[in-house]
Amino acid sequence: MTKSTSSTLATPSMTQSAKLIRATYIALLVFAVVAPMLGLYPIFVMKLLCFAIFACAFNLLLGFTGLLSFGHAAFFGSAAYVTGWLIKTHSVTPEVGIVAGTVAAGVIGLVVGTVAIRRQGIYFAMITLAMAQMVYFALLQSPFTGGEDGLQGVPRGALLGMLSLESDTTLYYVVVAIFVACFLAISRVVHSPFGQVLKMIRENEARAISLGYRVDQYKLLAFVLSAALAGLAGSLKTLIMGFATLSDAHWSMSGEVILMTLLGGVGTFFGPVLGASIVISLQDMLADKVGSWVTVIIGAIFVLCVMAFRKGVVGEIQAYMERRNKR
Amino acid sequence: MEIFGIPHQAFLGQLLLGLVNGAFYAMLSLGLAVIFGLLGVVNFAHGALYMLGAFAAWFLLEKLGINYWFALVVAPLSVGVLGVIVERLFLKRLYKLDPLYGLLLTFGLALIIEGVFRELFGASGQSYPVPELLQGATDLGFMVLPNYRAWVVFASLVVCVGTWYLIERTRLGAYLRAGTENAALVQAFGINVPMMVMLTYGAGAALAGLAGVLAAPIIQVSPLMGSNLIIVVFAVVVIGGMGSIMGSILTGLGLGVIEGLTRVFYPEASSIVVFVIMVIVLMFRPAGLFGKEA
Repeated sequence: MTKSTSSTLATPSMTQSAKLIRATYIALLVFAVVAPMLGLYPIFVMKLLCFAIFACAFNLLLGFTGLLSFGHAAFFGSAAYVTGWLIKTHSVTPEVGIVAGTVAAGVIGLVVGTVAIRRQGIYFAMITLAMAQMVYFALLQSPFTGGEDGLQGVPRGALLGMLSLESDTTLYYVVVAIFVACFLAISRVVHSPFGQVLKMIRENEARAISLGYRVDQYKLLAFVLSAALAGLAGSLKTLIMGFATLSDAHWSMSGEVILMTLLGGVGTFFGPVLGASIVISLQDMLADKVGSWVTVIIGAIFVLCVMAFRKGVVGEIQAYMERRNKR
Repeated sequence: MEIFGIPHQAFLGQLLLGLVNGAFYAMLSLGLAVIFGLLGVVNFAHGALYMLGAFAAWFLLEKLGINYWFALVVAPLSVGVLGVIVERLFLKRLYKLDPLYGLLLTFGLALIIEGVFRELFGASGQSYPVPELLQGATDLGFMVLPNYRAWVVFASLVVCVGTWYLIERTRLGAYLRAGTENAALVQAFGINVPMMVMLTYGAGAALAGLAGVLAAPIIQVSPLMGSNLIIVVFAVVVIGGMGSIMGSILTGLGLGVIEGLTRVFYPEASSIVVFVIMVIVLMFRPAGLFGKEA
């Protein structure tokens, strides 16, 4: 009896929270559009959005498929290099550079994924880490990457050869548009039948296999998608900052994207965006003040997240709302 | 005299260097395998613990004037104690969760330890002198053998075989192996499993610390010495499979030698050869060379 009343009560409040979420998204979008007019430094917000795409791409794999990749910096970094190299030495337009970077990351993702999905869980993490390290060394030694110096002074050029991106504000709106498109695309993928199968693999892989799904193909496709989107983030980063360096492909970058996702909330839509915002803001504020302590602080947040709040900020809020609705 | 067109002195020198590296791979992957077996935790902090061992030895000599031979005992012990503290404070609370959390926690710990040391000592290395007894080299006729390197290979082989004996041939090792198979059942027989788990992590940490002390006179003692090594060791562990102790030892040594040989014939590939081998092994034996099929 009480059960049925509580469930009828829960329905309107759930649509209420859905409305609340929608309102939050619209508010955030409006905020993003007017942000440059409020005097927020556009390069900073662009960098933030860029890492938000990276974290969302990573979350597609960890949160919605249950695969922990410890090598996503390889995709981010190699796309950053490909884009920078094409724009700088071959003078291609920015959209060609970005598409090429994204495709390159997807192809590398296909290779890494094919090998890594042969093992599960902890081994998957170690294999992706090792293969990313291989990509790192390849980038270090390739003739086109500029070795230890990286690629510096990459021009932004003009979108489609017409719209100059040299102005920070113009580029800013392009980045916002790409971010929104990515966010919607990921949400579409997760809610599609394909996304449901991924979720099933996360919950119970053996069951998915016994139901006749070709689990490996699903995992591989999710991996490639995630790698390509991570690459898109890397390409954008080169365009925004004007350089690509080895730190883009370093394992500590893979760690950072894990932290962003974990801190914001694994398997939530908005979590990675929030996590990326917190981590990037923190780095930005602390970088010139505390030097190497940034690494220590990042490590401490890692430990704190794992020990105390594994659901992340957004996950904890969601859990709190659910508890409140049940009452 | 030449071997495959390479002066034989250079060839044997790289072979020895590979063997030395292999010895470190073996000791570290052995510790990782033992910890993983019982705790189900992939210890990302293993590289940081190795670095701590080297720094402990350096600190003992520079600040307290305690020599290498005592450091060989004291440094691993203190790293082991730190390991025990880490297990009690953090890891203990994660056993019931997905093993990925253990990896993430130890990754965070590694960042903290390395960050603190980088702040204190900078990225550059400290040098640690080779102990007097092992200075110089012995002329074997066909090659000149630096005494310290020979000692490293010898010492790590003794440690590895000792660990193997302890785990595979003693009663304590039997408890340990039983705990790996079914911890709840072992506890039901009245064995203090939480204590065993704690000491295992401590012992694994001490093993990493010992490797650090052995490495101190050969390489620069620097805050980043561990993180560069640990990823290669992960690849070694994937290649060997974490199923068997002897497997870890043989894989570690073998890969060190292969890496050394690559440095002779095609130096550009020496930093990635272990990863390439990992890919090939995964293609044909996903469980690793010595691993049990999952």
